[in-house]
Amino acid sequence: MNDGQSTFLDAFRLLASGNSELWNIVLLSLQVTGGAVLIATLIGLPLGAILAFKRFRGRNAILILLSALMGLPPVVVGLLVYLALSNVGPLGVLGLLYTPSAMVIAQTILVLPIIAALSRQVVEDYAAEYHEQLAIMGLSTWASIRTLIFEARHSLLVVLLAGFGRAIAEVGAVMIVGGNIAHLTRTMTTAIALETSRGNLALALGLGVVLITLSVIINAVLMAVRRSETRLSYI
Amino acid sequence: MLSRFFLRFASLVTLIALSVCIYAFTTVANDNVLTLQSTTSTENSGLLRFILSKFSKKTGITVRVVAVGTGQALKNARNGDGDVLLVHAKAAEEKFVKDGWGVERFDVMYNDFIIVGPEEDPAGLATAKSVDEALKRISEKKVPFLSRGDDSGTHKAERRLWTAAGIDPTPASGTWYREAGSGMGATINTAIGMRAYLLTDRATWISYQNKTQHKVLFEGNPQLFNQYGIIQVNPAHHPRVNAKAAAQLINWILSKDGQEAIAAFKVHGHQLFYPNAKVQETVN
Repeated sequence: MNDGQSTFLDAFRLLASGNSELWNIVLLSLQVTGGAVLIATLIGLPLGAILAFKRFRGRNAILILLSALMGLPPVVVGLLVYLALSNVGPLGVLGLLYTPSAMVIAQTILVLPIIAALSRQVVEDYAAEYHEQLAIMGLSTWASIRTLIFEARHSLLVVLLAGFGRAIAEVGAVMIVGGNIAHLTRTMTTAIALETSRGNLALALGLGVVLITLSVIINAVLMAVRRSETRLSYI
Repeated sequence: MLSRFFLRFASLVTLIALSVCIYAFTTVANDNVLTLQSTTSTENSGLLRFILSKFSKKTGITVRVVAVGTGQALKNARNGDGDVLLVHAKAAEEKFVKDGWGVERFDVMYNDFIIVGPEEDPAGLATAKSVDEALKRISEKKVPFLSRGDDSGTHKAERRLWTAAGIDPTPASGTWYREAGSGMGATINTAIGMRAYLLTDRATWISYQNKTQHKVLFEGNPQLFNQYGIIQVNPAHHPRVNAKAAAQLINWILSKDGQEAIAAFKVHGHQLFYPNAKVQETVN
């Protein structure tokens, strides 16, 4: 990022001076992870809710599989997505490799099991609590699931944050499928890896602190939204 | 009831997948974008950023650089995941072209490898007369030597030097001979941490910022010559590669302009790469 001897505070100085390169890296990290969490939520939340609500053959096997996949190694996911998106892979025609879209796909795969498995647990707890009311109201499955998701939204927010934390912090998958290309697919974590390998340990650490600060801010904002909504509901 | 839900669910998933694809199609598939598979030494030192900005200014072509080890770069290019290769392992490059994956290989530039180690130099490399002698001293004293161990250009060069010295360090792997399995910068980090010797290219070493007590202990031997070559990925194998832009980049790098740009690149006042292409006077 710069050629002279760097210091720990350089990362913050760059941010403060509006260094567009660093801001773009921060923005890309948020876009990729945000996109992945969004897609994973759209798929994982209904999936988790169905698993919480329905009893069917093979359900236990799916639950075990989902929890196990929460520990998917990012580098393995990166490799699988690379093989799929490579020009010789089955999805090579899409030309997605080394683009932000490829990174979104990889992170979605990483985050999906977390969101599905954790929201299954949350919705199941609520289902046990609201079981009678739902039965009395005579709601359909779909309507019950929607009601439960709405009632559980505060706990589900924590589920999304868990997914977000996993994705924003990982480096193995985005490094392989994104290629750490400057101005295109360089994120906070791949930039930290790069600066570490260049011996810019202070700048790398500074970038790390920036990343952690970002996470703290995002969590604080969402928690504040949640608290103000809870307060309003008592009025 | 449930099946209707699954239907909706499936259509939602399809919709998302489609929108991801459309988004991708609008962002890529551009004639003015080129993917260069290259090595960490050229990218991390800042060389590629320096010379490619000149190329982009002249031609309007954006070059995306994927910086990995030479071994991985060759594999990625074989998969068609790149239009041009700029790497440093001549034998492997020639095999790549011979097997039909690349169009033709050209010399671009060179620099040299150096052996770096802890300041107090326990194996006495500073007084070694040849590479053979230097490596022999390391293996006899059994002082830690950190290898890249990742099939990169530097790793291939290091293996060649051990073979030339008549030493097989493989049985000692895990004792004094240690294989890091990572990039040049990460390996330097580790070597400094374990006070080990290592072979590195001069460009990465000069631009590396955290040298602490390590310094260059052996250098300036013809065996340590490090040649870089450029190859266009063969469009006959991979019709989707951007052959036109790839040829433009190669012509430019081999031209007087490109070669002068390489020579003009300096870090801390040192020239890191020396152009040695057979200069073509006028191109394009």
